[in-house]
Amino acid sequence: MINFLLKRLLAIIPVLLGITLLLFFMLRMLPGDPAQVLAGQMASPADVEIIRVQMGLDQPIHIQYASFLNRLLHLDLGRSARTQNPVIQEIWARLPNTLVLAVCAITLACAFGIPAGVIAAVRPYSWVDYLVTIASLFGISMPVFWLGIMLMIGFAVILQWLPAGGIGTWKHLVLPSITLASFVVAFIARMTRSCMLEVLAQDYVTTARSKGLKENVIIIKHALKNALIPIITVVGLQFGLLLGGAVLTETVFAWPGLGRLIVDSILARDYAMIQGSILIFGLLYTLVNLVVDLAYAFVDPRIRYE
Amino acid sequence: MNTKKNETDPSEEIKSSSSRGWAKLKRNKAALVGGIFLLIYIGCALGAPVLFRGDPSAPNLMASLSPPSAKYFLGTDELGRSILGRILYGSRISLMIAVGVVGVGLIFGVPVGLISGYYGGKTDFIIQRFTDMMLAFPGFLLALALVAILGVGLNNTVISIGISMVPLYIRLVRGCVLIVREEVYVEAARAIGTKDRHIIFRHILPNVMAPIIVQTSLGMGTAILFAAGLGFLGIGVQPPTPEWGSMLGSARAYMMGKPHVATFPGIAIFLAVLSFNLLGDGLRDAFDPRSKI
Repeated sequence: MINFLLKRLLAIIPVLLGITLLLFFMLRMLPGDPAQVLAGQMASPADVEIIRVQMGLDQPIHIQYASFLNRLLHLDLGRSARTQNPVIQEIWARLPNTLVLAVCAITLACAFGIPAGVIAAVRPYSWVDYLVTIASLFGISMPVFWLGIMLMIGFAVILQWLPAGGIGTWKHLVLPSITLASFVVAFIARMTRSCMLEVLAQDYVTTARSKGLKENVIIIKHALKNALIPIITVVGLQFGLLLGGAVLTETVFAWPGLGRLIVDSILARDYAMIQGSILIFGLLYTLVNLVVDLAYAFVDPRIRYE
Repeated sequence: MNTKKNETDPSEEIKSSSSRGWAKLKRNKAALVGGIFLLIYIGCALGAPVLFRGDPSAPNLMASLSPPSAKYFLGTDELGRSILGRILYGSRISLMIAVGVVGVGLIFGVPVGLISGYYGGKTDFIIQRFTDMMLAFPGFLLALALVAILGVGLNNTVISIGISMVPLYIRLVRGCVLIVREEVYVEAARAIGTKDRHIIFRHILPNVMAPIIVQTSLGMGTAILFAAGLGFLGIGVQPPTPEWGSMLGSARAYMMGKPHVATFPGIAIFLAVLSFNLLGDGLRDAFDPRSKI
């Protein structure tokens, strides 16, 4: 297990380097002087000069990249051109909000998606199956931000049960979580259904049935357990979609998270902030994929010994 | 006798499997519904000037925010412009985006995927590390990052979303090529000294078309969703161009009192994406039954 863990940890190093390379060149692909870009349009020539020296922008490119990595390791992502605060500080303030939203949404999505997929697979081509299939198609095709607006009109404006936006109590969390989960739940249900169908046709399921085991035991212990790997994969991959969806959901519900921060930074051309927040999103996604890999090893011990 | 059989067999097999696919596709009700929606959608896009007379972007402040009526079938927006007219003209924009985005994805993704899968070795390694790098970011965020570099507007929306999809096409095509590359007919072509380029385009490409076509249909749906998302955030297609996402973005300020402004553009996006997804699912069931979701 420790070997497996080490191997996986080592494998993310090139990915991390890739992320930093991409972000490093992102700023340099912009037209104009990177120092000016980082300092913002309003900065005085003296400020631009300070940034140029600070960031080593007068050095050759490979030294610039090395010092970029060095600063990253010291959690120095530069300063926001808009607020003049350190980027890491702004990200730190918003990251928990996005994480809370994402965790709620993914929990909600699993809680509905996996049972729905299992039920659909147990009774294929029944009305439940069609209902699940149609509902997940709708979920995949619906723009999250529109669903958010519709939920807001329904539950916050007309019924007035829940707040329309902002952050504070658990009530503020309900509509954004449902909105964000809607997209992911569909993928999870579809994947669960098709994997369960495959597993239910296996010989060991027939054996379990012929032994006279209860159907519930067969479905949960024999079938679902074996269908879990692809399901976990999808949940992990969907986390990326979720982060993208978070940008939209946070905008709809005025949720002060990282997604909203990126959009505001793009609108304000605050490139240090864009770079920093996209980096954090990339790290987060890589981390989740690592956790998914480790989860495989827990679910299926064979993987550990590969 | 023997050689003759070998000559005819593969082509017959391909023919029969693809005609079986068509038969399956026609029987698939979901795909049929998707196809009909898609035709209506394309009809709206092509026929917008006939279906709606006048300029969809010309403001008429006297009629601002009026609810649906006989004159304004779906009501008007905050500048008094017909929402129906803007949705009809918006279908042109979204269709253009869908085709453009998938075009960018195919033009870059398919050849690179073919090369990566066919040649393998160092070329493959370098290309795959590059796609790893791009896939380290969730798709929509990659598009956001590219918009941040390129700037807002229709063309940049297409390029950004298109580029963000390229790694997916590379992966898909490469994976299929790895399987097809080992087939006997490829080996035979190589044995008689056929040039690589000929093998790739004449023997391999036709046999990896099915998943590409499926991905194209689904990709168009995703492209519309992404573009509408960017428009909604205010960093995609800019007003006064009638783009569905940006219509929703500006409707946000008025939706409390006038829900119709925010309702209809969303339904348009939903139906357009749904039609591509239905068709894509049907195509997959018919031509590419091995893949799962």
